[in-house]
Amino acid sequence: MKYLDIIYKGVVTDNPTFVLLLGMCPTLGTTGSAITGMSMGLATMGVLICSNVVISAIKKFVPAGVRIPAYIVVIAGFVTVLQMLMKAYLPALDAMLGIFIPLIVVNCILLGRAEAFAGKNNVLASLCDGVGIGLGFTIALTLLGSVREILGTGKIFGATVYPEQYGSLVFVLAPGAFIALGFMIALFNNIRRRC
Amino acid sequence: MLEYISIIITAIFVNNIVFSQFLGICPFIGVSRKISSAVGMGAAVTFVMALATTVTWMLQYGVLDPLGIGYMQTIVFILVIAALVQMLEIVIKKINPSLYSALGVFLPLITTNCAVLGVAIIVIQKNMALLESVVYAVSTALGFTLALVVFAGIREQLVLADLPKSMRGVPIALICAGLLAMAFMGFSGIKI
Repeated sequence: MKYLDIIYKGVVTDNPTFVLLLGMCPTLGTTGSAITGMSMGLATMGVLICSNVVISAIKKFVPAGVRIPAYIVVIAGFVTVLQMLMKAYLPALDAMLGIFIPLIVVNCILLGRAEAFAGKNNVLASLCDGVGIGLGFTIALTLLGSVREILGTGKIFGATVYPEQYGSLVFVLAPGAFIALGFMIALFNNIRRRC
Repeated sequence: MLEYISIIITAIFVNNIVFSQFLGICPFIGVSRKISSAVGMGAAVTFVMALATTVTWMLQYGVLDPLGIGYMQTIVFILVIAALVQMLEIVIKKINPSLYSALGVFLPLITTNCAVLGVAIIVIQKNMALLESVVYAVSTALGFTLALVVFAGIREQLVLADLPKSMRGVPIALICAGLLAMAFMGFSGIKI
């Protein structure tokens, strides 16, 4: 039961995008469509789960003074693995996400969870935290990507909802990312204040 | 000469790192409440970005490529940047304490500024020469500073606005950033 609570916390009460406001660069940069947003979320989630598990497993051997560099090396290692896997098996997606894949290293969510959770809890709890926070991030990115895709091109996951010429292109471009995210955070704030 | 001017204009206005490339958003949102701290952050980022890009460029072409271990790029670059920031902190503390107290708080934050690692990777991806890379890094950082200072100016006024509770703070700041990004899109017509 405790582990389900950790996952719920990651998705809702500690949602990395809407509540903690971490990892803004990929949130804005990769949500031009629902599918790219979701892929970025899943990629980050994969790295987060692996790094959380490894960091909580090695926390006893790492001296406190060098723990941040050690965490960064663990995260960078997994990001490199992901980069190579994506280049080999999903080259089209890799080209679409571009620089944001290597930049997962400096995503504050990963280092933040390593420091705030994985460095203090056991392996299984850290795994759940990785799943929860990763899921929260993926859901947020998919939502934002869907909103931008619908408003911008009239499609969702590539399926037409209404004719493209009625869409306002600005939501696919840079300004729309900021504006859509602003309104979504406001909406999330509003819902949270009521319950 | 003309190509350098073109790199500078493009990096500052047309492809502004914050408004069109979405890098360095965390400090952009986090350190933009006051103009003075925005200027400090911008200066620190300019310094680190120029230095980090030079060092990582040399490492890429001097060490990683000859040894055929290009895939180590991400790990090596982030460690170099982290070490560089740490060293810089120690050096500035020793040489220029007044600069240190001005930049002090911002220096550790720069390690996780994705714009620094982003630019280091972009110059490698675009096959830029060393001088081009440094010019690109400095002008990108200037573009970042410009965005930060303009945005801080807006946010100082925004505090006074009477807004619905849910919109206060980050949401309205993001919407203003969107409007700024729209203004910056006007530069995309510039051709040199």
